Amino acid sequence: MRITQGCFSFLPDLTDEQITAQVEYCLRNDWAVGIEFTDDPHPRNTYWEMWGNPMFDLRDAKGVMIELDECRAANPGHYIRLVAFHSERGFETVRMSFIVHRPPNEPGFRLSRQEVNGRSIRYTIESYAVREPEGQRYT
Amino acid sequence: MDDTMTAEEQPQTTDPAPPQSVDLAAVFEDSGVKDVLKEIDETMIGLAPVKQRIREMVALLLVDRARRDMGLATEAPTLHMSFTGNPGTGKTTVALKMAELLHRLGYVRKGHLVSVTRDDLVGQYIGHTAPKTREVLKKAMGGVLFIDEAYYLYRPENERDYGQEAIEILLQVMENNRDDLVVILAGYGDRMDTFFSSNPGFRSRIAHHIDFPDYSDEELVRIADVMLAQQNYHLDEEAKAVLLRYAGLRRAQPHFANARSIRNALDRARLRQANRLFSRNEGPVSAEDLSTIRAEDLLASRVFTLGEPDSEPAS
Repeated sequence: MRITQGCFSFLPDLTDEQITAQVEYCLRNDWAVGIEFTDDPHPRNTYWEMWGNPMFDLRDAKGVMIELDECRAANPGHYIRLVAFHSERGFETVRMSFIVHRPPNEPGFRLSRQEVNGRSIRYTIESYAVREPEGQRYT
Repeated sequence: MDDTMTAEEQPQTTDPAPPQSVDLAAVFEDSGVKDVLKEIDETMIGLAPVKQRIREMVALLLVDRARRDMGLATEAPTLHMSFTGNPGTGKTTVALKMAELLHRLGYVRKGHLVSVTRDDLVGQYIGHTAPKTREVLKKAMGGVLFIDEAYYLYRPENERDYGQEAIEILLQVMENNRDDLVVILAGYGDRMDTFFSSNPGFRSRIAHHIDFPDYSDEELVRIADVMLAQQNYHLDEEAKAVLLRYAGLRRAQPHFANARSIRNALDRARLRQANRLFSRNEGPVSAEDLSTIRAEDLLASRVFTLGEPDSEPAS
């Protein structure tokens, strides 16, 4: 099951050319682009690992693409996303974030039911991938 | 129904047929290169051989682009350059204009100049150099990386010097990312020669060597005129003659840095002028008084009185 988080996630995967164009857009807006990766696809997992520092004062998307290629080579079985941080007062937050790399197989999520308080049911989801320890998922 | 669209199903755009002829003059006009060349001609004094070399390069790059448009050439040309010359001969200024030219000709995407020295590239401890160099290179992508006094990167007397690591990363990027950035190495002529002979990798990757000649005394006076005019000052006739003599004398003394020495001399002359106006206190001063540098402001320099540069501590 394809996970859908951030911008463009219902579209086919972006090509490098399309990613470059999006990064150019971010840089035109003076946003700092950072690269993050994780192998825990749960939608509430907001804390992804950072690949280096967010890249302030870049002028051209090529700088981001070099880092992205290195991150892909080091983490082939991970999700990788680009986040664009807007430092202007009043925003000071991420303005845009999109997935640029995903593992070859995404096993999807298991729905688990917990019976509580008599016949009430609590529902939760768990990715099949996270049953393996970190770093050994999606291999 | 499967509504996802894969890359194969997207409509393919076919390249238009290559043009049969190219009007070089029109390309020259349209790209805006002419304006930059004109600006270089007008704002930069002297440097005739440099201007000549730049015009040749522009012609080469225009023709090369036309050839690529017609499908005659496929390889992107190597554009890395070395600027050699004494200090204060305008290397950084020309590098700025060069970045603008390359941008207008479409050889770099953004056309900004990132100016660095050894300290920005080489780290303090093991493992510090590579990230530092990469950081600088990432910043320079799409523009021009100007490495001032590039020979300091190579320290043959210390074989464990981290400069070598920076050199290797630089060489790799200069080769692999030729479309993404242009590297300009700058420094004194003789030391750059030694640097290139001990690093043959650089020599073979640099296509254009431009040598910056020293300015003549007359050119230095004209430069002084331009510098002062920018700050709404001017020299009177007598002061011009004195400055000409100053340039000749200063040249023979140590640490002469062409236009930079003249700029420093003018800064000190402005100081003396202010002091003169203030201490004499001859009634109200006019705008003319406030903006005129007189001969006496220059003549107080130690270059004339003691025969040594002002910047040196008094002996």
